[in-house]
Amino acid sequence: MEVTVKIFRYNPEKDERGHYETYKIEADANDRVLDVLEHIKGKTDGSLSFRRSCAHGVCGSDAMRINGRNMLACKTLVRDVGANITVEPLLGMKVAKDLIVDMDPFFDNYKKMLPYLINESPLPADGKERLQSPEQRARFDESTKCILCAACTTSCPSYWASDEYYGPAAIVAAHRFIFDSRDEGASERLEVLSETNGTVRCHTAYNCTNACPRDIQITKAIGEVKLAMVTGKLD
Amino acid sequence: MANVHQFEVIVVGGGGAGLMAGLYASKTAKTAVISKMYPTRSHTGAAQGGISAALGNYEEDKPEWHMYDTVKGSDYLGDQDAIEFMTNEAIDAVLELEHMGLPFDRTPEGRISQRPFGGHTNNVTGKPVRRAAHAADRTGHMILQTLYQQCIKNKVTFFDEYQVLDFIMVDGKATGVVAVELSTGELHTFHAKSVIFATGGYGRIFEVTSNAYAYTGDGCSILLRKGIPLEDMEFFQFHPTGIYKLGILITEGARGEGAVLINGKGERFMPRYAPTVKDLASRDVVSRAILTEIKEGRGVNGKNYVYLDIRPETVNKFAAEDGRTNPDGSPLMITGDTVLTKIPDIVDFCRVYLGVDPVTQMMPTQPTAHYAMGGIPTNKYGEVVIDDKGTTVPGLFAAGECACVSVHGANRLGTNSLLDIVVFGKHAGLKAAEYAKAAEFGKLPQDAEAGAMSAFEALRNGSGTENVYDLSNEMKNVMFSEVGIYRNGSAMESAIDKILELKEKYKDIKVSDTGKIFNTELLNAWEFGNLLDIAEVVAMSALNRTESRGGHSREDYPERDDVNWLKHTLISKKNGKIEISYKPVVITKHQPKARVY
Repeated sequence: MEVTVKIFRYNPEKDERGHYETYKIEADANDRVLDVLEHIKGKTDGSLSFRRSCAHGVCGSDAMRINGRNMLACKTLVRDVGANITVEPLLGMKVAKDLIVDMDPFFDNYKKMLPYLINESPLPADGKERLQSPEQRARFDESTKCILCAACTTSCPSYWASDEYYGPAAIVAAHRFIFDSRDEGASERLEVLSETNGTVRCHTAYNCTNACPRDIQITKAIGEVKLAMVTGKLD
Repeated sequence: MANVHQFEVIVVGGGGAGLMAGLYASKTAKTAVISKMYPTRSHTGAAQGGISAALGNYEEDKPEWHMYDTVKGSDYLGDQDAIEFMTNEAIDAVLELEHMGLPFDRTPEGRISQRPFGGHTNNVTGKPVRRAAHAADRTGHMILQTLYQQCIKNKVTFFDEYQVLDFIMVDGKATGVVAVELSTGELHTFHAKSVIFATGGYGRIFEVTSNAYAYTGDGCSILLRKGIPLEDMEFFQFHPTGIYKLGILITEGARGEGAVLINGKGERFMPRYAPTVKDLASRDVVSRAILTEIKEGRGVNGKNYVYLDIRPETVNKFAAEDGRTNPDGSPLMITGDTVLTKIPDIVDFCRVYLGVDPVTQMMPTQPTAHYAMGGIPTNKYGEVVIDDKGTTVPGLFAAGECACVSVHGANRLGTNSLLDIVVFGKHAGLKAAEYAKAAEFGKLPQDAEAGAMSAFEALRNGSGTENVYDLSNEMKNVMFSEVGIYRNGSAMESAIDKILELKEKYKDIKVSDTGKIFNTELLNAWEFGNLLDIAEVVAMSALNRTESRGGHSREDYPERDDVNWLKHTLISKKNGKIEISYKPVVITKHQPKARVY
């Protein structure tokens, strides 16, 4: 089938502002949008720039707006979006070139969550693993799936309004540790998140949940963090 | 040289091996990790099924069994001192990951859960043993995330989205690397005492592969161009179960949980090839079995694929026939929920890319190029060893898939790659820091950037006519069809001719983007040059080895030949000419014998 692909283009070395270019190519309904982009880059316009690596939805490189919604280009098939495809960079972040945005602020927010296990207690005397029941492990399973693609954060109206907001992905990272029975750093993280740029900025628009290519129930996770903040309970 | 940085240890690559090396080196030495992507994008994150260690959390297991299975899996080409070192370290390595916070799945007692995997056996009974410690089918993702998190905690310095282009060696010693900052196009020189390459594999030389776009063999080819030999490049693993056409990995853990392979006639065929462990034989064995079924006309609908079937009714039927049991001795019985819990990502991939629901439908699969057993020759401390006498390059280290220790020999056992990156990443980091503490900085040459600059400028200013996308497809096709699972001399000779032709055409490629900021076209063109260099030495090494062993199967030399070929290949490039030499295999406890599963 012939598909018409309209792509946001911006080369800071040449362009004063972004514009769109349209390409018509042959594609299969089962092609990934990433395949389409690769084909355009390979055959029509080599200067088209985007990030990609694993090409099957686990590395988080190629989050972008496809027909107005945040998706991974490698996990979106032509048959899902139709013959007219508009591809744009994520909103709310500085465009570096074409579909590439500056991800540094996103990772900086992630790092503010103390995203690592905090546990100063001695290890088990036998040197083996810390014990954790399957139920305790399941408690934070959802948030371990995050691939830091930024689809959620850049779909959030509160983030668009202020990029000071840590954003849903950062809160998911906090959630992953706050509800890990082995972790002892919940109060530190909850304190960070109780600041003005923390969970108070979430107005439950659910955009993040809809955008997540890993199907993480992000709004629910943020709700759980808010609840823990209020009740002080972590179960 | 505008941008010069000085670190005692430079780690090139931000995947599992690079992060582990960075973590350990930075404990005592000023260290930086340079990665061409944000580290969390690395291909470690695509590993699924597990990391092996004889924890024995469900049933009896021993490091000695893990060692023997690895030696046997390697078709006796793995160095047994290194294998024993790795399998002995495995338990502590996995426990260390748990202590770092890795969210392993748990047993009812709260210990790390383990599952069966191909070639993991109880050496007394020959039956599969649960050795693969796992977190659903996202074990690699969890390892990558956990190690990155630990690097944040320990304030490891990163240069994200910097592509290393050249290795600086002065008087035979590592002196640093040159990299391009992708966001600006500026060159940076990193002056170092120790350089650790952890740049991953090169599966992108093949058409159907589970490997990421980033897997372009950068470290291997940079060193090859510096005259450093590469070891055992003929051994490339084809994973039996890639998603048909796309090559996306379907973990061996699926078969660990009871899935079986079914041919176009609806028959389960693995018992004919591996009567004892059946669908859980080593990957090379299973991939050849699938190809044999296809060649003999038993592919699905006459095409080049078979089915992987994890539908509960199928699993339960064959589990009963095989007498498979749960850890408590009860018969193995699974439900649709088991499938959703144990391999959630596989279910997702099949639904998204195939429109197939594995709970109720069979998954179309074909072997997919998956893992490079060969690479930069090292000892078990990650020191690069350039000959058969143990000669090292002072300050040069390698770890992970780009390295060849050799613990995988001619065929890697599933889950040993994740173990490899954790164990040897750590030791490379420790050794590199130790070396750096005793060594002085070498003098950085005035023209340190010259090599990188000229390579890049040649591509950027090329007024050529050849299209990289097309040349790349030609390379991948010829490598997959002629230097793939089954090989023979004449086909490989024609493949080499093709590669050489492509290398000529590569000199005349067109890069239309002349900019500096995120010039991904230029970067891809440079990476393709690396792939061509690697494809050439893979095909040359494969043509040279006139036997069949592990992942290297020759139709014209179908038998393993221990008399002539129980040795490692070292291939290098001197003055543009390929040279091949050898080094002996280290054999300690297990003498080679016939390999039957």
